[in-house]
Amino acid sequence: MNHGAGGRASLQLIEELFARVFDNPALREGNDGAVLDVPPGHRLVMATDGHVISPLFFPGGDIGCLSVHGTVNDMAMMGATPTALSASFILEEGFPLADLKRIVESMAAAAREAGVPIVTGDTKVVEQGHGDGVFISTTGLGLLPAGRNIGGANARPGDVVLVSGTLGDHGVAVLSQRESLAFDSEVVSDTAALHTLVAALLAAVPEGAVRTLRDPTRGGLATTLNEIARQSGVGMMLDEALLPILPQVDAACELLGLDVLYLANEGKLIAIVAPEVADAALATLRAHPLGAKAARIGTVQQDPHHFVQMRTRFGGQRVVDWLSGEPLPRIC
Amino acid sequence: MNAVLTPAAALQRLRLRVEGAVQGVGFRPWVAQQARLLALSGWVRNDGQGLEAELQGPTEALAAFAQALQLSPPPLARVQRVQRTPLAVQPDEAGFVIQPSRATAPQALTTTLPPDTAPCNACLDELFSPGDRRWRHPFINCTQCGPRFTLTARLPYDRPNTALANFPMCPACAAEYADPQDRRHHAQPVACPRCGPRIALWAPDGAVLIAPEAGTDAVLAEAAQRLRAGQVLAVKGVGGYHLVADATQAAPLQRLRAAKQRASKPFALLVANTASARRWVQLGDDSATLLASPARPIVLLPCQPGVAAAHPAIAPGLDEWGLMQPSNPLHWLLLHELAGRPADPAWRHTEQPMLLLMTSANPGGEPLVVDEAEAVIKLGGLADALLVHDRAILARADDSVRRPLGRDAQGRPFFPFIRRARGQVPEPIALPGVPADAPPVLATGGYLKATVCLTRGNEAFVSPHLGDLGSAASRQGLMEAVTRLQDFLGVRPQAVAHDLHPDFFSTAHAQALAEAWQVPTVPVQHHHAHAAAVLAEHGHGGPALALVLDGVGLGSDGQPWGGELLRCEGTGTGFARLAHLPALPLPGGDRAAREPWRLGAALLHSLGRGGEIAQRFAAEPLAGSLGTVLDRRLNCPATASAGRLFDAAAALLAGVHHNGHEAEAAMRLEALALRHPGPATPWADAFTLDAHGVLDLRGLWTALADSRIDAPAAQAEAAARFHASLAAALVAWVAHHARAQHVDTVALGGGCWINRPLRQAAVPALQARGLTVLEATQAPCGDGGLSLGQAAVALAFLNRSR
Ligand SMILES: [Fe+3]
Ligand SMILES: [Mg+2]
Ligand SMILES: [Zn+2]
Ligand SMILES: [Zn+2]
Repeated sequence: MNHGAGGRASLQLIEELFARVFDNPALREGNDGAVLDVPPGHRLVMATDGHVISPLFFPGGDIGCLSVHGTVNDMAMMGATPTALSASFILEEGFPLADLKRIVESMAAAAREAGVPIVTGDTKVVEQGHGDGVFISTTGLGLLPAGRNIGGANARPGDVVLVSGTLGDHGVAVLSQRESLAFDSEVVSDTAALHTLVAALLAAVPEGAVRTLRDPTRGGLATTLNEIARQSGVGMMLDEALLPILPQVDAACELLGLDVLYLANEGKLIAIVAPEVADAALATLRAHPLGAKAARIGTVQQDPHHFVQMRTRFGGQRVVDWLSGEPLPRIC
Repeated sequence: MNAVLTPAAALQRLRLRVEGAVQGVGFRPWVAQQARLLALSGWVRNDGQGLEAELQGPTEALAAFAQALQLSPPPLARVQRVQRTPLAVQPDEAGFVIQPSRATAPQALTTTLPPDTAPCNACLDELFSPGDRRWRHPFINCTQCGPRFTLTARLPYDRPNTALANFPMCPACAAEYADPQDRRHHAQPVACPRCGPRIALWAPDGAVLIAPEAGTDAVLAEAAQRLRAGQVLAVKGVGGYHLVADATQAAPLQRLRAAKQRASKPFALLVANTASARRWVQLGDDSATLLASPARPIVLLPCQPGVAAAHPAIAPGLDEWGLMQPSNPLHWLLLHELAGRPADPAWRHTEQPMLLLMTSANPGGEPLVVDEAEAVIKLGGLADALLVHDRAILARADDSVRRPLGRDAQGRPFFPFIRRARGQVPEPIALPGVPADAPPVLATGGYLKATVCLTRGNEAFVSPHLGDLGSAASRQGLMEAVTRLQDFLGVRPQAVAHDLHPDFFSTAHAQALAEAWQVPTVPVQHHHAHAAAVLAEHGHGGPALALVLDGVGLGSDGQPWGGELLRCEGTGTGFARLAHLPALPLPGGDRAAREPWRLGAALLHSLGRGGEIAQRFAAEPLAGSLGTVLDRRLNCPATASAGRLFDAAAALLAGVHHNGHEAEAAMRLEALALRHPGPATPWADAFTLDAHGVLDLRGLWTALADSRIDAPAAQAEAAARFHASLAAALVAWVAHHARAQHVDTVALGGGCWINRPLRQAAVPALQARGLTVLEATQAPCGDGGLSLGQAAVALAFLNRSR
């Protein structure tokens, strides 16, 4: 936290930065908490997300906007309208103020763009070596209309699995930045707030027809679909040929032996929808700038073992497993 | 005779319990026949424990019976235990009868079934004798032959529990079945053209081309015609469907390669007899016996000079073919039809020109197709017609595959299993040294070439090969195999063993079963399981070294292992990792295992010669970028794998860049090495061994990188020298540690030991160093044997905690 010519950045300086950049009425009140109205006929949704990422800056984003998008998306996946965010920072002593400023400004821009103010926050500084630059936790509050029920346990056999765009962009963008890998065309993180895409989708189909929404972040599509399959007590059958994947992401996966199904996304959603609305839902997603490359990638099926399976490009079938951690070699 | 032997006072009565593989092998008729010969009275029957009999007669006659039981029981039977209880004489008893089987509660079952057996000579004589009532009957069998394991739903082995349940016997068959003098007395699957199952020919979409009513001859004539015309048929066999074609024609082979998405995996072949086999392959006496054995495995045999080159589509890049002889009457009949229906039954002993491709019908690595509905869906696109029948396959069994490798350490013919399935299962593997009352354990194996193993007392029952566990269907197959073994054996496992890999389905299933049964799980390190499998079949009690060479298995430290020198304290008990092969990075994880060129690149990089990668692997679009991946160690787990060293060598010496099928690179490299005439000299300075027994192979790596491969002879020589050098290094390494550990036995485990030049060089050299060498003879040395080794570890675990 060196400030200027070797001086220690004071907490006060940081707090001033936050107040100036995040500026909004609730924050201006200067109280220990923010007071929010809840309109009648709504319930509150609360979601929280901790953000730890290396590198802090990557093509298409940084930890700042990521921490806004992550929590906004968590609320959006519940079918809620995000209304406010809190932010908590843990800074490592010696962290450059210029970087901090860049992060905070990116956060503020993301919040402004999403229309979700950061209404309260906190900062702590830890000794050098006790943190990794900066950790950001965000918590969000959202409003959920009464009677809306979107959740991981709602998928039923016959339902259709949609994804809002190309897979693995974020994972490859971060990796290539971290390892200074150059690909023929740069891969940019997809980090984005998805609540307007969700709102469009929910407006286009009858209530209840969207069973499940999830953002396939850490662990990727494979992990997320396995979670849903287990929660809903169903299986799924994906079609490899239908997965939207950028050629440069595909190439990176091939070189590094990575499986795109397990790579993180930060601006994509999976929608499991009733079969009769699948076409309308897909058209709605595609009509939105964040869903231009949306695709129908598979169906939900009955399966006592809750396997997520995939028809491969070669006509075989394989199970897309829920891994216990990083993929470990298994070919003996 | 009566006058001498029947003073009333000398009468005795005995109850006999015979356990082992004693059902479905003609044991009851045999007992009845012996009893009548010796004028004994009483009865015999099957029950869930095996066979039960009461015999009454003069002491001498009973002794003669006991002797016959010991010396000449029915050929297919495997008697394990005989229990004799004296009973009170029943004064008025006369005659000897076979009683109906007694159904027993499943928990009490202690018997088992014999494996499926090829038609016996007596049946073949009938099959090919015009005028016989079973002339050309595709389902001929008797008590001495025929399907068993694949045909039986549950024990006891009686017709209602088999696939013949829905085929009531005609009077003629019923009479044979009932006649104690008949070869088919109590042959459960007995059938004839009047009452048995029937064959038919279907179009790929399931439409009937030739109905069963048209008769066997019409169906066979059309099938043979199509084979001659170069078509591919899906043919229902004993344990599943095969895809069949005339292997001497190029077109059907190319079509199958394209449709099955396997550019290079060797195809298995069917020949009529050993005389016909000799036309194509070199066949020693031992191999000929194996090829003709009732189990009818696929046997990998070196081709006659020029043969492999003349038929390159059969086993691309290899000089060995996998041959089998007919394992069932339908295979025989296809050959008979193709031979022009010769009238003389002797045709089957004479050389026949037919060479049929016969590859398992398991599309996309899924389990073997066994029923008609599935065949239409999954094989419709691969086959021009389906040769089907209405006798159900109740259990899958792929063809077993064995590779003759000379003699074992004890001087017996050595035919290790590559795959253990039809003809072998459910034959138990004896576990010498394990107490007969040991608690039963289940082991769920690994991931590739999966098998499961259930023990009962001191016997291990390993399931048929279940394939790779990547698909839902093969996982279903694993679950069914567990259930079926349990049903057959009637035991409740007291522990469930599994691999350490957290993401194998076999691991998850083991944990789920153990939880449901409330018994402990026993996680077993992969290479320890390989070692334990070998030690278990030999009943090795004391300490031993184990040299385990395979692709990769998860180590106790969470790292990938693969070329391990272990010290085992005994079978299944504790182990220590003494040393391992020098590690190579695996650029791209499992992707590297499919792309040997990545290992070639990794080896160059490890020598500090990463700059050569792009030029040496110029055909690979990613070759220019892999250096960076290796520099930064991106997804480059370091693995001490032996299999990957073979991959690296194959990429550098044989130009094999991609594995079209498992171990293709190693197999092609081996084929190259075997082309080198005469003995190969190890490279000088191929390895060094320090005082701690750490093996350094940089010399070998450098020789691989520097070998001239511009001419076939130089290539073959380099491949041969690689094998010789590696063998020399391994032998010195093992000998060093054996001395340091004061151990005189070494077990060889892991899939690399199926490699002929490696094994042929290493085994005698280890013996020459005074070491006793133990090899895998009963179960595959590769991952197909893991479940056996895991079970041995679980048994030791329970034994310790007793
Ligand atoms: Fe292995
Ligand atoms: Mg979250
Ligand atoms: Zn027979
Ligand atoms: Zn009959």
